[in-house]
Amino acid sequence: MAEEVKKAPKPVDVNSAKYKLGKIAADAYTDAFQAKKEGKIVAWVSSNFPVEIPETLGIATVYPENQAAGIAARGAGERMCNVAEADGYSNDICAYARISLAYAKLKECPEQEVAMPDVVLCCNNICNCMIKWYENLAQDLGVPMLMLDIPFNPDYDVPQSIIDYVSAQFWDVVAKLEELFGLKWDDDKFQEVTGFSCRASRAWLAATACAKYTPSPFNGFDLLNHMAVMVTARGKETAGEAMETLYKEYMDNHANGTSTFRTEEKYRIMFEGIACWPYLRVTSTGLKSRGINMVTTIYADAFGFDYNSFEGMIRAYCSVPNAINLEKSRDKRIKLCKDNNVEGLLVHTNRSCKLWSGFMYEMSRQIGEACDIPVTSFDGDQADPRNFSEAQYDTRVQGLVEIMDANKAAKGAM
Amino acid sequence: MYTLGIDIGSTTSKCAILKDGTELVATSLQRGGLGTGGPEEALSRLWRERGLSREDMERVIATGYGRNKFRGADGEVSELTCHALGGRFIFPDLRTVIDIGGQDAKIISLTADGRMSNFIMNDKCAAGTGRFLEVMANILCLDINDLGPIAAKSDKPAPISSTCTVFAESEVISQMANGVEQADLVAGICQSVATRVAALARRAGITQRVCMSGGVARNEAVRRYMAEALNTEISFDPRAQYFGAIGAALYAWRQADQVYSGNF
Ligand code: SF4
Repeated sequence: MAEEVKKAPKPVDVNSAKYKLGKIAADAYTDAFQAKKEGKIVAWVSSNFPVEIPETLGIATVYPENQAAGIAARGAGERMCNVAEADGYSNDICAYARISLAYAKLKECPEQEVAMPDVVLCCNNICNCMIKWYENLAQDLGVPMLMLDIPFNPDYDVPQSIIDYVSAQFWDVVAKLEELFGLKWDDDKFQEVTGFSCRASRAWLAATACAKYTPSPFNGFDLLNHMAVMVTARGKETAGEAMETLYKEYMDNHANGTSTFRTEEKYRIMFEGIACWPYLRVTSTGLKSRGINMVTTIYADAFGFDYNSFEGMIRAYCSVPNAINLEKSRDKRIKLCKDNNVEGLLVHTNRSCKLWSGFMYEMSRQIGEACDIPVTSFDGDQADPRNFSEAQYDTRVQGLVEIMDANKAAKGAM
Repeated sequence: MYTLGIDIGSTTSKCAILKDGTELVATSLQRGGLGTGGPEEALSRLWRERGLSREDMERVIATGYGRNKFRGADGEVSELTCHALGGRFIFPDLRTVIDIGGQDAKIISLTADGRMSNFIMNDKCAAGTGRFLEVMANILCLDINDLGPIAAKSDKPAPISSTCTVFAESEVISQMANGVEQADLVAGICQSVATRVAALARRAGITQRVCMSGGVARNEAVRRYMAEALNTEISFDPRAQYFGAIGAALYAWRQADQVYSGNF
C-alpha cells in the first residue's frame, strides 16, 4: 500500500503582513477578554465611531459589526438571525444587528465569542439602524449607551456648522465616559493615539492604492480580510507597523512582477458594497475562475482616516461613505475606477444594508456612464445566507465578462 | 455546417439548429428546464423530427440557468449574450431586448454594431416574471397561454397594486370575490407585469428597435401594455421564445467558423 504522503504545513512567516495583521485582529478580541478579567472597562463600538476616544481613555473595544461578519463567514449567520427573529426582530433588519442582538441574548456563539460590554458607543455616520440596534443592546444588557450623532450630509462638503456640532458631541462623550467610569482624558495620550491611527490609515490607503498597477500586486479579496485591523485596531501602535509591512509587500510584488492574485489577471473590476460573508468563497471563486480581479472597493478605503488636526479628524468621520451625498459618493468611486483602470463594476445589492444598496441603483448608473464601463448587480446579504442565489450570481458575473470581452475586442479592432 | 444552441431555462428547454450561421433549420421546445428531463426530451424531439443527430452538429453551446449542469455541450455562454445575439439574428437593427422568462426579467442593450453593452435584471423576486403569470393563472384556473387572448377582451384592466407575488395573489382573490370581470382581472395582471418590467427597462434606457423575447413575449396583452408604458413600439416575432437558443447556435457557429479560419 502506498504510504500516505502528508504535505508539510507551510511554515508561518511571523514577519509577513498576513501574520501580523491576523494576529492584531485576533488580539483585539483576546485583549478585550483580558481587560474584562482585570476589571477594566469594555465598550462595544460601532465601526465608524471615533476610535480615538476609547483608545485615549484606555477602554477596551469590541466591534459588533466585525464580530457579526466573523460569525457569518464561519457559517452561523442563519442560526443567529433565527434567534433574533424568534424574539420578534424582522428579517428586514440588518443581519449584523440581528446577529449582535442574538449574541446579547445568548451571550455565546462559538464562531466568535466577545467580551461583554460595560457601555455601548454608537455613531450613526454609517446608518440610522445603528441607533435602534444599540438602544436595544443597552436595554437588554443593562449598560449605558453613548451616542455620537453624525447626520447624513446632503451637501457636497462638510459645513462648519456640522464640524462644530460633532466636535461638541465628541467632547460630550468624553466627559460622560470620564464621569461614568472615573477615567481621565490625557491630551498627550490623545496625540499619540491620533498619530497611530493616521499612520495606520496612511499605510493602508497606500497599500490599497497599489491597485493602480497592472497587474495588481494583490487579490482584492485580501483587502476584505486585512481591513478587519482598520476597523478594530486602527488606533493601536502595532496597526501602523503591520500596514506598512503590507504596503512594502505590495510594492515588492509589483517590482518582482508577482501578486497574491495567483492566476492571470484578465479583467479588473470594482466591487461595490459589503462582502457577502456567508458566500465569500463562492463569490471570490466566481471571479477568480474567470480571471477577474476585484482590484478596488470603497468599502476598504472607508476605514482609512488620515487627518492633521482635530477638525480634520471630525471632518474625516463626517465623510465616511454612507454619510455623504450621492454626488460626492459617486465622485469618490469614479476616482477609484479611473485611478485603478477598472473595466467593470459589480454591485452587491445587499438586503441588509438598505441605505448603501438604495442609492447604488442611480449611483452605479452614473459611474458606469462616467467611466464607460459595464455595471451589473447581484442580490445577496452580508450575513444572512438566505438572500443569495449562486446561479444568479454566476449568470450576472458571466454577463459582465462577456461585455468586458466584447469591449476589449471592439477596442482591439479599432 | 450545422450548429446547435440549447437554452435550459427554469421552466422550459429550447433548442435551435442553424445552418452555416444564417439559416434557422429547426427548433424544439419542451416543458421542464433545469433539473428535469426537459433538455434531453427537447433534443430527442429535435433529432426525431428533423432526421439529424448530435454527430451532425459541428458545435453545441448551452445557455440558460441550466447551462453549467448540461453535459452534452462543447461550451456554455450566458443567456444575456444569447438573447442579444438571437434577437439580432431575427431583427438586424435591434438595440434593446426585453426578455421575460420563467424566473427572471432582463433588459439587454446593444450597440449599433450589435455588441451587448449593458444589461439589467430583476431583483430576486417573482413579480414581473413568467412565474407571476403562472401563479395568477393558477388562481383563476386558466391556462397561462390563454391569458393574452382573455385580456384582449378587456378595456378597463383591474388595477393590481401589489408588487409582491404573494400580496398580489390575495389582491386578485379579493377582486374575484368582489365580482370584478375575469377579463379585466387578467388584463390587470398582464399590465402589472408589463409596468414592473417597464420600470426596469427605463433604468437601462430604451433605444429603438426594441423587441421582446422569452415565453412571456407571446402574451399579446403584456406586449401591448409594455408598449404603452414605455411609449414605444415593441417588435415581436413568433420565435421570440427561441432567441436564447438561436443566439447560442449562432455563438457556436461563430466559434466553429473561427476554428476553420484559424482565428480561434
Ligand atoms: S451593514 Fe448597513 S445597515 Fe447594517 S449596520 Fe452597517 S451600515 Fe447599517
